[in-house]
Amino acid sequence: MKAKTVDKIATSVIVVLALFIVIILLGLLGFIMYRGIGHISWNFLTSAPQLLKGGGGIGPQLFNSVFLLILTLIVTIPLGWGGGIYMAEYAKPGKITSFIRLVVEVLSSFPSIVIGLFGLLLLVNQFGLGFSLISGALALAIFNLPLMVRTTEQAFRAVPKEQKEAGLALGLSKWKIITSILLPVALPSLITGTILASGRIFGEAAALMFTAGMSSPPLDFTDWNPTSPRSPLNPFRPAETLAVHIWKVNSEGIGPDSKEVAAGASAVLVILVLAFNLSARWIGRVVFRRMTASK
Amino acid sequence: MNNKLKPRRPLKEKHYWEEWTGRIYTSICVVFLIVVMFSIVYFVASKGLSTFFQNGISISEFLGGKTWNPTGEPAFYGALPFITGSFITTLLAALIASPLGLCAALFMTEIVPGKGKKILQPAIELLSGIPSVVYGFIGLSVIVPLLRSIFGGTGVGIAAGCLVLAVMILPTVTSIMADALSALPKGLRESSYALGATRWQTIYRVIIPTTLPALLTGVVLGMARAFGEALAVQMVIGNAPHVPTSLLESASTLTSVITLSMGNTTMGSVHNNALWSMALVLLVMTFVFVILVRLLERRNRV
Repeated sequence: MKAKTVDKIATSVIVVLALFIVIILLGLLGFIMYRGIGHISWNFLTSAPQLLKGGGGIGPQLFNSVFLLILTLIVTIPLGWGGGIYMAEYAKPGKITSFIRLVVEVLSSFPSIVIGLFGLLLLVNQFGLGFSLISGALALAIFNLPLMVRTTEQAFRAVPKEQKEAGLALGLSKWKIITSILLPVALPSLITGTILASGRIFGEAAALMFTAGMSSPPLDFTDWNPTSPRSPLNPFRPAETLAVHIWKVNSEGIGPDSKEVAAGASAVLVILVLAFNLSARWIGRVVFRRMTASK
Repeated sequence: MNNKLKPRRPLKEKHYWEEWTGRIYTSICVVFLIVVMFSIVYFVASKGLSTFFQNGISISEFLGGKTWNPTGEPAFYGALPFITGSFITTLLAALIASPLGLCAALFMTEIVPGKGKKILQPAIELLSGIPSVVYGFIGLSVIVPLLRSIFGGTGVGIAAGCLVLAVMILPTVTSIMADALSALPKGLRESSYALGATRWQTIYRVIIPTTLPALLTGVVLGMARAFGEALAVQMVIGNAPHVPTSLLESASTLTSVITLSMGNTTMGSVHNNALWSMALVLLVMTFVFVILVRLLERRNRV
């Protein structure tokens, strides 16, 4: 009798606390949307920020975030997929492999601010890249690589063994098997993992403050020559991203509407990150259907 | 037609090259990872240690000094306020998040396995997708005013910092704990029920003790994330350079000081080097957390 009462009390406590978490989540999302969505307009999304007077937008920041994401993916996809393939297909169990595993684990546990500082020291100062999109993209690549390696390894390990054995039976080389048999099968999970990682890159700020910089030069969106200093495509210009902008507006915003700008920008950021997460699942399913001809 | 006339390259040679491109390419990727990790450690350590070896500040003064006044005359480089700030916020955040995470994980795996997972799993994934600056923004516009209206004062401080961190690490803690619980062999659970134990007795006497190392792994990974988090904490903690005496007092963490001061100091100055020493403390703590996770995993296997 007593044990049953305790059981009931414990169960209800667990249920209440679990629902509490759902309420926190709905509250957070609701709050961000409630505060921010009214401020989002075409003008807000496209115009440049105003430092002292109101009415500024987040146009350049939004562009910088997207451009930086593309640059980062150009660096991380070949390296991350390659590293993951090594871990799944070439690495033999032993001391060296477990050492590499430790390296990946340590690298993924480094705080992003430490990676930002490393970028400041090596990329910005030593290599003379300055506060630039390139520095930011390389720092984000470091931040992102361990995650990419891990998801790639899992994707390749999940491919049924028979597929590989069939390839070996045909007398194909290992690399041929990897690129033409395993890669297509693993591709849906690879794409899903990459998009999910992109969501994380998109919201990252601490690693970027010291590498991509906290300012954006006035951009001329009619100038698409990547070498001119005011061109949005120039990879050697400083670039403040959306997440960094939110931080800056919140902690040192002096404009009259800095609270609204922060709220609007936060809502845009959250909507984009959610879009990344949802599209990752959707695209993964579509590609899977294409690749495997299953319904 | 034409194909037949062309002399084909010997199969063996073609294979040979294909084999080596793959091997070399993927190995370069892995070597790159190793080089990056070691260069991070090397650069941060060489910068961080120069405070002690070049600028002549003793390690005990840095780790134990209560006064941080790098611009004063004489200058003081005591990082104790920030070290305590980091540890207190991390521990409190873990204390709040672990029971909540455990309840959520139990809810998903033990109480309503099917439906509970359907409700909570997406919720947790969404929470983990929210960027840290947005958490900072929420802290600044919800938690700080709330604390201000309840307890008075400014509202910024350790309490606000650890509440924000607790929500941030909740997804990490919950998902790892849920994985640990669902990996438990079914037989254990069923034999406990067969003995007539209630669900709570099963959870409390069988499930939690057997999965404890794995559950703690979740807590440690959450703490690692909280310890290294910079911007969200910096926005709500107030950033005052003294050892806090109450939870509602403004304080600083290692990350928040680095964030605020790194841009305003010149490379190579003592002040700048002291900030690098703090980064080194962060780095060392990362290794401590990794070692802790490894130890827990080893216990889990036995």
